[in-house]
Amino acid sequence: MTALNRAGWRPEMTAAGGADDNTTFTGNRALMLEEALIFEIGSTATTGVDFDETAPTADLGALARTAPIGLPGLSEAETVRHYTRLSRQNYAIDLGLFPLGSCTMKHNPRLNEKVARMPGFADAHPLQPQETVQGAYAVIHELAEWLITLTGMHSVAMSPKAGAHGELCGILCIKAALEARGEDRRVILVPESAHGTNPATAAFAGFTVEDIPATEAGRVNLEALKARLGPDVAGVMITNPNTCGLFERDMKAISDAVHAAGGYVYCDGANFNAIVGRVRPGDLGVDAMHINLHKTFSTPHGGGGPGSGPVVLSEALAPFAPLPFVTKQGDAFRLIEEENAGEDHPQTFGRMTAFHGQMGMFTRALTYILSHGADGLKRVAEDAVLNANYVLRSLEGVLDAPFAASGPCMHEALFSDKGLAEGFSTLDIAKGLIDEGYHPMTVYFPLVVHGAMLVEPTETESKAALDQFIGALRSIAMRARNGDPALKTAPHFAPRARLDETAAARKPVLAWNEPAAAPGTPSLSEIGGS
Amino acid sequence: MRYLPLTTDDRSAMLATIGAASIDDLFADVPVDARLDGPIADLPLHASELAVERHMAALSRQNRAAGDGPFFLGAGAYRHHVPASVDHLIQRGEFLTAYTPYQPEIAQGTLQMLFEFQSQVARLLGTDVANASMYDGSTACWEAIVMARRITKRGKALLSTGLHPHYRSVARTMAKYTGDVLVDGDPSLDAGTDWGALAAAIDKETSCVVVQYPDILGRIDDMTALAAACQAAGALLIAVVTEPVALGLIKAPGEMGADIVVGEGQSLGVGLQFGGPYVGLFACKTKYVRQMPGRLCGETVDANGKRGFVLTLSTREQHIRREKATSNICTNSGLCALAFSIHMTLLGEAGLRQLAAINHGRAKMAATELAKIPGVSVLNNSYFNEFTLLLPTEARPVIHKLAERDILGGVSLGRLYPANANLANGLVVAVTETVTEADISAFAAALKEVLA
Repeated sequence: MTALNRAGWRPEMTAAGGADDNTTFTGNRALMLEEALIFEIGSTATTGVDFDETAPTADLGALARTAPIGLPGLSEAETVRHYTRLSRQNYAIDLGLFPLGSCTMKHNPRLNEKVARMPGFADAHPLQPQETVQGAYAVIHELAEWLITLTGMHSVAMSPKAGAHGELCGILCIKAALEARGEDRRVILVPESAHGTNPATAAFAGFTVEDIPATEAGRVNLEALKARLGPDVAGVMITNPNTCGLFERDMKAISDAVHAAGGYVYCDGANFNAIVGRVRPGDLGVDAMHINLHKTFSTPHGGGGPGSGPVVLSEALAPFAPLPFVTKQGDAFRLIEEENAGEDHPQTFGRMTAFHGQMGMFTRALTYILSHGADGLKRVAEDAVLNANYVLRSLEGVLDAPFAASGPCMHEALFSDKGLAEGFSTLDIAKGLIDEGYHPMTVYFPLVVHGAMLVEPTETESKAALDQFIGALRSIAMRARNGDPALKTAPHFAPRARLDETAAARKPVLAWNEPAAAPGTPSLSEIGGS
Repeated sequence: MRYLPLTTDDRSAMLATIGAASIDDLFADVPVDARLDGPIADLPLHASELAVERHMAALSRQNRAAGDGPFFLGAGAYRHHVPASVDHLIQRGEFLTAYTPYQPEIAQGTLQMLFEFQSQVARLLGTDVANASMYDGSTACWEAIVMARRITKRGKALLSTGLHPHYRSVARTMAKYTGDVLVDGDPSLDAGTDWGALAAAIDKETSCVVVQYPDILGRIDDMTALAAACQAAGALLIAVVTEPVALGLIKAPGEMGADIVVGEGQSLGVGLQFGGPYVGLFACKTKYVRQMPGRLCGETVDANGKRGFVLTLSTREQHIRREKATSNICTNSGLCALAFSIHMTLLGEAGLRQLAAINHGRAKMAATELAKIPGVSVLNNSYFNEFTLLLPTEARPVIHKLAERDILGGVSLGRLYPANANLANGLVVAVTETVTEADISAFAAALKEVLA
């Protein structure tokens, strides 16, 4: 881009921030390219889209939008360059190992992308007549069958838009089931190690949240849980494998106890990658579990979504599942929505979203599942668990691993900040990893471990990639133990140094505002105002 | 298995390092009776890329793609031309395969894009600020209702009958469990909106009034008076926009005084995708920002004084606040927001205005042609690119007969309101820039034939 960024990264600013002999005029460093905002380089008169026609004048009277909107445009050439340059400031799974615990950053196969763009899927409207979209219904149905079989459950609700939305779906099923029984149970029990979405979801649905105590070994305390169960408890939300990376050995006993007390068992399926093809949650007494298609089934995270969170359900909760869903009758697929729910699905708790769910994620996930098959998915879990244990055992000598003594971990290895030099923290290790070319692991979660570092390598890393990562993390851990001051200011080689998050929150700047222009500088609206 | 790099030798060496005799040892915590030994029975085994692609392509071909012929569906999802560079750019691995930007030093690409997206959305909707996106329009609409309850400490929401019935259903589902009171109903086949009646219905319990613009029947109206009525009564006006392209031509809800504006951003960049993933837009006045749900990106500086961006105000969110969070929402719709933002950047204000004008012109052309058919009339006095036709017979069977003639002729009100016989003859028709004059002629000829 030829325009200079008016708000930052001018050479004199770099010099002001500290002596730097490598200052350049542009602020660029060879392939590390700075990029201004579209509001600084675009103009409201520029468009990168050609139209074949001139529209007739509209007669909308007072409703016509006449005031300037202030939306800058760029030519196509500039647009491609702007976003390409921005993209290069991101870390991504395509660039390297992404050991973010509980997030399952695995390779995203490109066949998935190709399939999702097939015109019958990408260019179909959700309200087309049913006879014109039988293939789309077939995809939803085929994926649903896979999810049911892999989890050993009774049925599945496909429409939830993401994991937390799936949690909400499961919790609403529980609420509807209790209502059908005429019981007003208000309490949901959640372990302290749970994802924040669990208590937030239960509260959003009007439940009171109480903690389930944990054992010293990092698992649910079965006896304490049993003691708390009673006629006011609607259910439990348990993550299995849990966020300490451990399988809940007592899961079946927990389920049995909760059921005996009249409650339901919600399982957070965020960590399903550890057990897919090897353990069926249905065999452990689970009543509802969401499946993050963007974790276990490789749909891309896209910088924070879209996700997709189908919820598998037990026979007890299935009658309450949300609309719409697909059924098969003979060779034809049929969508059950508001008009036919009365006869086919009278107890449904209702609709959670417009249309039918994340179709673009269904095509990708089904493609991934078919590629692996039942044998490949089992291998996925095995290699994911093998890789995590390899990391755990390779690093336990240099990083504190609080639960290492309680046996093998599942698909993620948990470390704490114990043993670091005075003044050094988990954050310093995370930022040090950035300089070594890695995305940091999940930090400060789960909350039950001080300075937690949760490493999930996933099954799509080679041994060589793991060995390099282990070497890097070991070196940083040693620096943190020895108190290397350079670590405190890492990262040194990233596009940005540590950012001031406190200032961002204290005086939020959430949208572009044109700065007061230097005398003689035309403003954006003057350059291209309408 | 092409996605799994470990070799048999690797596995043996790693097991030796771990000190385990076999993979099964690593699953020792799983009770024996819950372990599956072999692959789950009755499921297919792994398959080549060629075989999987063949299977999925066969399923794709069982759908009539919108682009295969004349196409007039809208009702909350619109078919627009998406420039080729949009899809190319969102497939850059650095965008596609990145995580939520919790490590801002190595996520400035996503963060700057989100800041630009928020700024574009706020300007388009005529508000001060916007968040980094929601799941979709329908869930954004419910979140806005809950936000209004938090702000006003009142629990009754008045929903316009012109609100998309799916959005209304989502709100009804949630309200059952949260105790919110919703006043709602089906639309009547009038040329005008129910906004005057809504203004009269506001009382001291009312937290918000929710209107859609353009509404489910395609009607547009001035919300200035309604906004004033809300303000006078201490209630908030929530405007829902399911077709953001309209705002290139008609006034933005924020300009007319709406407090919260939510929407479905699918029209720009995202495509139809059989209903999802889409991108929810969420914007409001600055004074309400700390009550907003979802992620927010903000500007700051790094340790060297360089401008940079971070996720901010996260003390509203579930990973910090847990059960006290403003919402349980965790994901946004990042990649769809990127697609929206790129498409908007390509258009710019000039392009957006032209695109909107072309849509409106094309819709007027279609409305004029279709209204010439004996027994057919147009309900609306005013519309953007979508209007409601009144047929002399029930619209649902007509839709199927048109489909037999390879014309996808709109969304019947019978599909949207199956329980309401008064609406059965209504047909909602959307006409975007992708519709040609030949398409309109073909539709008119086929409809005439079907109705004859």
